[in-house]
Amino acid sequence: MKIGTPKEVHPGEARVAMTPESALQLQKLGHECVIEAGAGKAAGFSDAAYREAGVEVVRGAAALWKAADIVAKVRPPTETEAKRLRKGQTLISFFHPDQNEALLELCRDKGANVIAMDMVPRISRAQKMDALSSMANIAGYRAVIEAGNNFGRFFTGQVTAAGKVPPAKVLVVGAGVAGLAAIGTAVSLGAIVYAFDVRPEVAEQIESMGAEFVYLEFEDDQDGAETGGYAKPSSPEFLAKQLEKFREMAPEMDIVITTALIPGRPAPKLWTADMVEMMKPGSVIVDLAAERGGNCELTKPGEKIVTKNGVTVIGYTDFPSRMAAQSSTLYANNIRHMLADLTPNKDGQIVHDMEDDVIRSATVTYQGEITWPPPPLKVKAIATKKPAKAEAKEPTPEERRAQERAAFRAQTVRQVALLGVGGALLLAVGAVAPASFMQHFIVFVLSVFVGFQVIWNVSHSLHTPLMSVTNAISSIIILGALLQIGSSSWLVLLLAALSVFMAGINIFGGFLVTRRMLAMFQKS
Amino acid sequence: MSYGFTTAAYVVAAVLFILALGGLSNQESAKRAVWYGMVGMALAVIATLIGPGSGLWLLSVVLIGAGGIIGYYVAKRVQMTEMPQLVAAMHSLVGLAAVFVGFNAHFEQVRVLAMDESARKALEGFAAVLAKKTPIEHDILRVELFLGIFIGAVTFTGSVIAYGKLAGKVSSAAVKLPGGHALNAAAALVSALALVWYFQGGGLLPLVVMTLAALFIGWHLIMGIGGADMPVVVSMLNSYSGWAAAAIGFSLGNDLLIVVGALVGSSGAILSYIMCKAMNRSFISVILGGFGGASGPQMEMDGEMVPIDAEGVAALLNDADSIIIVPGYGMAVAQAQNAVSELTRKLREAGKNVRFGIHPVAGRLPGHMNVLLAEAKVPYDIVLEMDEINDDFPDTDVVIVIGSNDIVNPAAQEDPNSPIAGMPVLEVWKAKNVIVMKRGQGTGYSGIENPLFYKENTRMYYGDAKESLDRLLPLIE
Repeated sequence: MKIGTPKEVHPGEARVAMTPESALQLQKLGHECVIEAGAGKAAGFSDAAYREAGVEVVRGAAALWKAADIVAKVRPPTETEAKRLRKGQTLISFFHPDQNEALLELCRDKGANVIAMDMVPRISRAQKMDALSSMANIAGYRAVIEAGNNFGRFFTGQVTAAGKVPPAKVLVVGAGVAGLAAIGTAVSLGAIVYAFDVRPEVAEQIESMGAEFVYLEFEDDQDGAETGGYAKPSSPEFLAKQLEKFREMAPEMDIVITTALIPGRPAPKLWTADMVEMMKPGSVIVDLAAERGGNCELTKPGEKIVTKNGVTVIGYTDFPSRMAAQSSTLYANNIRHMLADLTPNKDGQIVHDMEDDVIRSATVTYQGEITWPPPPLKVKAIATKKPAKAEAKEPTPEERRAQERAAFRAQTVRQVALLGVGGALLLAVGAVAPASFMQHFIVFVLSVFVGFQVIWNVSHSLHTPLMSVTNAISSIIILGALLQIGSSSWLVLLLAALSVFMAGINIFGGFLVTRRMLAMFQKS
Repeated sequence: MSYGFTTAAYVVAAVLFILALGGLSNQESAKRAVWYGMVGMALAVIATLIGPGSGLWLLSVVLIGAGGIIGYYVAKRVQMTEMPQLVAAMHSLVGLAAVFVGFNAHFEQVRVLAMDESARKALEGFAAVLAKKTPIEHDILRVELFLGIFIGAVTFTGSVIAYGKLAGKVSSAAVKLPGGHALNAAAALVSALALVWYFQGGGLLPLVVMTLAALFIGWHLIMGIGGADMPVVVSMLNSYSGWAAAAIGFSLGNDLLIVVGALVGSSGAILSYIMCKAMNRSFISVILGGFGGASGPQMEMDGEMVPIDAEGVAALLNDADSIIIVPGYGMAVAQAQNAVSELTRKLREAGKNVRFGIHPVAGRLPGHMNVLLAEAKVPYDIVLEMDEINDDFPDTDVVIVIGSNDIVNPAAQEDPNSPIAGMPVLEVWKAKNVIVMKRGQGTGYSGIENPLFYKENTRMYYGDAKESLDRLLPLIE
């Protein structure tokens, strides 16, 4: 199959859905690749680089759409682009089917199969093609960089010869992929980071990234994980409590990064105008939810504004595109993984398996039918919460000492009991057995005892040599045979001779192979 | 030579044997200790040959020499991957020798008892010892030789089957006759009845019946145990061969045999105990075969095994600073130890910290992996035991799992319903990346699902271990 990537036509879009690197991987799957001239330029990939990777470069969008069996791009198609689709052609791109119904119908009418990268379900198997997460990761990083660019101070606290600089305080609202990426970036720049999320179970993730989780003193059975990794809209009481907490924090915060999104709804207004007013001049708000209307009341999507009290509110909607080289690489990899799943036999033949959970969910039109919304997944997105384990209590020193003493006593009792029983048994045997037997028996018991003491010290790594050497010395049975070989009975003589012979093999074989093994153990 | 001289030689030999075993506590002293063992053995044999009671010493020397040539040839030629088979084969020889010596003791006893007083006076050697015994001592002798033959026979067939399984000549799957352990119990009962019969003056026949029953037990018991439990089986047979020697020692009244038999017997018993502990299973459940009953459904697997190619593995390794390699039986099967050693050498030359993590039951013989790695010239000080290395996994960049499965199975800790729940395992999944080298997607010997393969930080590098490594080696910088 021929996979083609056109130049993005959306103004300001710098990303591209195929990189020379991903093209090489696609060719390994048995596909051919074609790209529109200049498609990768804004992301830093020249046509020459594509040619070198074996990609055919064609001039003009029309020629590309015509040449390709599968079109992979970033943004949802424009109307012009959609009209270029033909029956049986496959389009892979972001689509947002919930917002683009007319476009969806157009694609269906054209008979094209559309795979929406934004509909890839959030299950662990599909993570490698989860383009929303890769883009969110970049957005989170970039949000902090943009904030830093507009923030007049250091992130990290410093004590310099010229005076002390306090560290910046950053609040991240919403700890999804973007939020966590923002937390990580801000922490590594040295800021003090606070983070909030309606899902209490992400507290652990937040803390693992080095931020402090903002707890609400509020008990509610919130479980945001059930809806596929996104937060559910909260109850009114919860929302009120949340806003109250934000109001309390607003004057302290230097940078606020909001990433709260609820699927299929406008972004919740979490950072109200009065909170912005309470913030210090020079503070920065980065609203990653701007595309859906923004979490901050003052956000103007696509723009950066400065309020009367000197707070910068950034509402850019193209953070990933601002890092086109990075986001193109990751997006192209997501596309490549999607195609790898579509090409199970690596023979360049697409198998559009509508039984596959991931492919089924992502497909929005298929063979002239709209297949959106998808049926519920067979696998649940995230494992249901496990009941919290009862935490083992840290024992106090007294308790520990008591435990140790008890353990010691138990050990003593066990040892004494064992000795007692063993001794009694010995005495019992001694009472009936003749003296000549007891002589040997004592030797036997002592040898077992010595054996146990000695063998416990043998290094684990020398267990094989131990076996072969014990093997060799257990051929001591040869002594028995040697004592019998002088017998006048021919049968005894024969059996004894055989025994001597076999033990001879064992003695030499066992010792020599042990020596050979031990000689191999060498220190570095 | 006098009886006193022989006894003195025996004492020295016994001390040397104890030193030989004690020296195995570390690699350097072990190299010296094996010489103690050899000298001890030579001393014991020579003292017996020239001491009282032995005859036909020329024949003996010739036979020992002939056996020695075969032993020498085998020891030089054997591949290190074949060690488990070799050890099992040698156990079978000890077992068979014990049976023969036991029968001889019986023949001699019968012969001596049939003689009249004057003829007894003229006897020499073992027969002379027998002649001096009182009736009670003769009874005890009967029990002793009976036990010696029984243990020896079990050891013999058991070792032959273990050898067959390890060498791939017998299917390594657990096979049982209909009736299962009831048959073993019946055979044991027959042996016990034979003992009673023997005491009633049954003569040779009960001994033969018991021997056949014991041979059957050894065969059937080991047939019912699968390949992965072989470390326990081999060390158990090791122990048995020791006890057989001790029992024969009692019947012959030879203290050195008793001492050495007891040493070997307790050594094998401890090894079996360590192996069982490492699998978190009781000795009984291993011997009875099969895994203990699972108490509920096993954990459902979700997610996907993500494959990786040689380039991907090389990129991970080139970026890594600390690497731990966890080898298993699969490495031995693929004869990949030299390729592993080469990989280790290259990575270490690049300044990376490479170590090995060895689970006590990795392979088919206790310590099997250590010997293979030593053969491939991996320095032993980077080959660590499970307890030494388990805490280091969280700080490790890449773990390479080569042909092992159950010993790295997180289900042992996470899934109380898993058949291996509670078994100590190498916690490889705590490392940043895990590469699993495996022939295919199957579940391996035990048939237990391994959630490790589905973890997000795990990548599956499919293929024969040796070929995979050969593909990987040129890509390492």
